[in-house]
Amino acid sequence: MTASNAAAVGEGFVVFDRVQKSYDGVTLVVKDLNLSIAKGEFLTMLGPSGSGKTTCLMMLAGFETATHGDIRLDSRPINQVPPHKRGIGMVFQNYALFPHMSVGENLAFPLEVRGIGKSEREAKIKRALDMVQMGAFVHRRPAQLSGGQQQRIALARALVFDPKLVLMDEPLGALDKQLREHMQFEIKHLHDSLGLTVVYVTHDQGEALTMSDRVAVFNDGVIQQLDTPDELYERPRNSFVAQFIGENNKLTGVVEQIEAGKALVRLATGEVIDATPVNVTHKGQKTLVSIRPERVEFKPDMMPPGAHVIGAEVIEVIYMGDILRARLHVAGSSDFIMKMRNTIGQTRLSPGQTVNIGWDPLDARALEPL
Amino acid sequence: MSDAPALLTTADGQPLKSALAHSQARSRRRAFLLVAPLFLFVVITFVIPIGQMLFQSVYNPGFIEYENRDTGEITKLMTNVTAWFEQNPQGTQPDETAYAALAADLVHLKATRAGGSVGERINYDIPGTRSLFTTTVRNADRLAPPYREALAAADAKWADPLVWRAMRSASTGYTLDFYLNALDLTRDETGAIVQVDQKVRVYVMLFMRTLGLSAAITLICLVLAFPIAHLLATLPLARSNLLMVLVLLPFWTSLLVRTTSWIVLLQSQGVVNDLMVAVGIIGEDGRIQMMYNRIGTIVAMTHILLPFMVLPLYSVMRPIPPSYVRAARSLGATSWTAFRRVYLPQTLPGVGAGALLVFILAVGYYITPALVGGADGQLISNLIAFHMQKSLNWSLAAALASILLFGVLILYWLYDRIVGIDNMKLG
Repeated sequence: MTASNAAAVGEGFVVFDRVQKSYDGVTLVVKDLNLSIAKGEFLTMLGPSGSGKTTCLMMLAGFETATHGDIRLDSRPINQVPPHKRGIGMVFQNYALFPHMSVGENLAFPLEVRGIGKSEREAKIKRALDMVQMGAFVHRRPAQLSGGQQQRIALARALVFDPKLVLMDEPLGALDKQLREHMQFEIKHLHDSLGLTVVYVTHDQGEALTMSDRVAVFNDGVIQQLDTPDELYERPRNSFVAQFIGENNKLTGVVEQIEAGKALVRLATGEVIDATPVNVTHKGQKTLVSIRPERVEFKPDMMPPGAHVIGAEVIEVIYMGDILRARLHVAGSSDFIMKMRNTIGQTRLSPGQTVNIGWDPLDARALEPL
Repeated sequence: MSDAPALLTTADGQPLKSALAHSQARSRRRAFLLVAPLFLFVVITFVIPIGQMLFQSVYNPGFIEYENRDTGEITKLMTNVTAWFEQNPQGTQPDETAYAALAADLVHLKATRAGGSVGERINYDIPGTRSLFTTTVRNADRLAPPYREALAAADAKWADPLVWRAMRSASTGYTLDFYLNALDLTRDETGAIVQVDQKVRVYVMLFMRTLGLSAAITLICLVLAFPIAHLLATLPLARSNLLMVLVLLPFWTSLLVRTTSWIVLLQSQGVVNDLMVAVGIIGEDGRIQMMYNRIGTIVAMTHILLPFMVLPLYSVMRPIPPSYVRAARSLGATSWTAFRRVYLPQTLPGVGAGALLVFILAVGYYITPALVGGADGQLISNLIAFHMQKSLNWSLAAALASILLFGVLILYWLYDRIVGIDNMKLG
């Protein structure tokens, strides 16, 4: 992983080159970050709070200084450049619209400090507001706008001075679910139509998967995996990513047999299951097998031929509209989840019933335990 | 449906409005009982005394009434001359009837021993006339017609039209003369308002000095408090609480102790001067006079009033998230522009509240200027105290205090018009 990154470093539009950050001189919040972002890319930094993702964004914006390493923007080192000279647009979590200025004055601010003339200013403001369909609100105060409207204005303000790069720090965190999904679409649309380079920080994995070209999963100051959304979801490289992205069933066991991209894992309770080895290498190694709930099958004819099956007892079935969600007792633990599409012909399971479940070996990934 | 809405009623036909009032009456009564003690307290200790002060500034019955201190009995005085004033309009030359009435009143004054208090009242308007009354009253029995000549013989001042004008003015009890006095004004023989003699003009200058010093103290407090409040607002809560204790510490010490410690520090043989002499900044004979003048007043009052500026500023700054300034910086503003255009405007409600609070407190401050002000650093409040305690001219003291009160109210009104009182945040 480090090798592949090192190759990319030095070519991208935004480059983090061996960046480290410590606040107290004792612990590192960001440990040896190497990241290259291409022009026009939508890159999301995803991770739990305290994982270092926001610190990276703040270093890029210029509000924090890197303790070690170089940050380059368009091949120019920017470690010593103050924030106002970086020309980076930023959207904040709480929007940070200036409450004592009208919408128009908010948008005029970045243009005024750049000494842009009045007529050009007004043209740019109009264009930016029309872009987010807020042209009629130019004289309103931020406090008179709803959360979603404020979000659009914040977006327009970050774009009005044509920045080379736009940073977004959990911009949709304060919105309700429906509005959030709508805004995700709009931001993505703006990114595509304006050809922006966007670095987006969120702790919401759904948001990260739907919007990004690539997602960098942060934990403990290190990028755990940097990949496209589908790779990340379907082929997590380690236990953290597997658990953090989407819902996952975890079965622990020991590698019994390993050869040519296939492995047999014996669980603690004695059953044997199929898996694809990811970062386990030899027989006898402890492993954690992760399987997505929607890839678990309980009908024998749906399973690939020759696949191992394992006995399970249904504990409860929850009706969720589009899917049915069953909690099963499998291999000594009772938090194994199976999701079934709610189709007309779907077999309805009932609590207490015993079934045999299985999966395609490609969907079960044998990982090194955390 | 008709245009006029039908009177809404409850399910059993009661009008809805009266039902609502009835259902809420009990909780309203209880709410009133909760605030009743405070309401009474404010009325008794605040509204009534202020009303009394305002009344006293326009009403002084010293010329027409005498209250026996022991019995509380009130005797009407100067009834004859008052009657003459009522019958003859202003500007009438006092004739023999008037002098006869005056003589009769003076005899009555001798009997009631009230010559001193009546003379005192006229003395407020024309300094030096108290003895005119006391000496003439002493010999009032010997006055004989024609009274005009008799009185003029007793003292030539009885023929002075100013004295007659002052008596006419005092004869009703109600007068605005104390307000004229408080503004260094008086009336001439014709009743026109003129300025008093240059030598005795003191009040306008003191009002100006009080406003000037208060403005200076407010400005210094603002300049000192702004960075402190900003520091407190940006520090983590645990540490800012500790520092806040230091800001509030002066409140826990007696005002007198704090003021006297400034005397210890700043007097010409004090710590600061000693240090500067020891270091060699100034010579032994060049000790700077920092106490018992304006510098002393400004330093000590700034110290005492500083928390009143810090607290409102802090309460406004604390909820301003750092992202505003960050947003301004990321949009291309230098740190100075970000401060001036984004941070400062958001702290204005606190600046306004703090400035108004400090200024109003400073305008009425008494103890500190009395202790450290010397002659040069006295404020109007010290003169009000003087008239309350020494000269016993309560009406003048009340007039001065009322002018101060109205001045502050006008400032408050101006503040409301310019900044808007809704924009003020006290804490």
